[in-house]
Amino acid sequence: MSTETAVVKEVKKSEPLFSKKNKKLVTNPLDIDNPITVQVLGICSALAVTTQMKPAFIMALSLTVVTASSNVVISMMRNTIPSRIRIIVQLAIVSLWVTLVSELLKAYVYDVSKQLSVFVGLIITNCIVMGRLEAYAMGNKPWPSFLDGIGNGLGYGMILMIIAFFRELLGGGSIFGYKVFEAVGLDYQGNGLMLLPAGACILVGLVIWVQRSINGYREH
Amino acid sequence: MKFLRNTLDKVKHDFEKGGKYEKFYYAFEALETFAFAPNTTAGNKGVQIRDGIDLKRLMMTVIIAMVPCLIFGIFNVGHQHFLATGQAATMMDKFWVGALQVLPIVIVSYGVGLGVEFVFSMIRRHPVNEGYLVTGMLIPLVMPPDIPLWQVAVATIFAVIIGKEAFGGTGMNVVNIALTARAFLYFAYPTQISGEVWAFLPEGAKTVAGYSGATPLAVAAQSSTDGTNVVAALDSFGAGWAEGIYSFSNLFLGAMPGSIGETSTLMCLIGAFILWATGTGSWKIIVSVFAGAWAMGLLLNGLAVNPYMEMPAHYHLVIGGLAFGAVFMATDPVTAAQTETGKWVYGFLIGLFTVLIRVFNPAYPEGIMLAILLMNVFAPLIDYFVVSANKNRRLKRATV
Repeated sequence: MSTETAVVKEVKKSEPLFSKKNKKLVTNPLDIDNPITVQVLGICSALAVTTQMKPAFIMALSLTVVTASSNVVISMMRNTIPSRIRIIVQLAIVSLWVTLVSELLKAYVYDVSKQLSVFVGLIITNCIVMGRLEAYAMGNKPWPSFLDGIGNGLGYGMILMIIAFFRELLGGGSIFGYKVFEAVGLDYQGNGLMLLPAGACILVGLVIWVQRSINGYREH
Repeated sequence: MKFLRNTLDKVKHDFEKGGKYEKFYYAFEALETFAFAPNTTAGNKGVQIRDGIDLKRLMMTVIIAMVPCLIFGIFNVGHQHFLATGQAATMMDKFWVGALQVLPIVIVSYGVGLGVEFVFSMIRRHPVNEGYLVTGMLIPLVMPPDIPLWQVAVATIFAVIIGKEAFGGTGMNVVNIALTARAFLYFAYPTQISGEVWAFLPEGAKTVAGYSGATPLAVAAQSSTDGTNVVAALDSFGAGWAEGIYSFSNLFLGAMPGSIGETSTLMCLIGAFILWATGTGSWKIIVSVFAGAWAMGLLLNGLAVNPYMEMPAHYHLVIGGLAFGAVFMATDPVTAAQTETGKWVYGFLIGLFTVLIRVFNPAYPEGIMLAILLMNVFAPLIDYFVVSANKNRRLKRATV
């Protein structure tokens, strides 16, 4: 009898790589559990790096890489980290990945790295990264942790790209540096408010408004 | 009138529940109540005060109070135009040029703003509120006369949606809507709302020799950087083409370049009198804004580090938009402090911050807009402290 139950347990444990639960880990942060619009984390960088789409894209990519890989590493170490010093261990791991990403950016896309300036370095203290480590990676296996990191990175990146799209389009009349209005022969006067952080803050509010009126999410 | 009533009655059933145009019921209702007083009355029980005054009548009173500013503004736009081009013109010419410039702005402001209101009332299924009537008149009065109309439209849409509808519609807004519109333009399109834009000059118009479109605020700021006496600079400004345009009496009367409705302190005071006499606006706020500005001016006079700080305090009351802001913007019952003590604090701080921004921040020549928006945000906090102070006082008195 006892062996039989052990076998059953074994079957339950190995779930498919993309089970419903695991898929949720990626899709939830895109909508009902979005890091920016629902959890309201990472607002600082969302306001600072979104004047143009290119740096916003690089920033979103960097954060996704950092969150996913630190999630995996912390998840693998989770049973050996003494809980009293876990924050400093997490910080060390995150800073390792951030340094790697930062060096890569400097090597291959120097101009964007210049534009992002301190904000790549500040990923270390980004609430989304630390939040996922604390809330998820410390208690789950590497693969789900990896998916969770990817999901939250994409959720963050999605909002960043939406905001950057409107800021660059309305503020400078271009998309990814391509002058859209000039191309169709319109004389467009840039909206200065969109280039200010205050404009980005209003845009974040509008995105939240639209999102909540679509999915019916309410603050409890 | 009877014909209108009959037509409305004839189509009314189409808009009521189950009718063809049910979706547009609130738009229809707004038009109907605009033309006729609604025939619904309060029930027999529970209502103690019976008065015909409703939101619409309150709003119309404020608009009537603004009419002197509007009429003078129309005249002044024409007056400044002919002063700058150096042509002689009759009173009628000035009114005509001014009206051609001002009325389109008024029409755009009302058309666009009410359009947004109607759309929201239909989406949200609530009656159209009269809240926009005042805002629609305030927006043109705080714009420079040569503002492009599309910018007025964009600013109005932004202000009504972000300033009001996002917070739940009329009576729920945190900051003054007309000032939101102006602040939007101020930060979005600074070239059209700062610098020498305050007198209407059509493309390619020739100006008189020595003409400068600088406002008194700009002159004061400039003379401060140059280290010359501000009053002397104001008095000598306009020599050769408009003698004594910035003398104290003319600053008070308001025949000078500036936003359409705000140049004349006298007209604002007439408006203030109407608001006070009808009990529409709070005289405490108006008085305390002036008091705050004057007190801050006196304080700066005492410190007197640069020429701007030496400018006599009473000049601060007549230059820029202080009077207009104090009378029509700060008294907005929705965004101002609600408690009586709070009103004094609220108004005083508006005046104080206005002068502070004017004198110390070279990037912003005028401070009344930013000061009112700032204090709008703090008004609930002021009320909170007033109320809790009152509670404490009563608790001490209580002997339980």
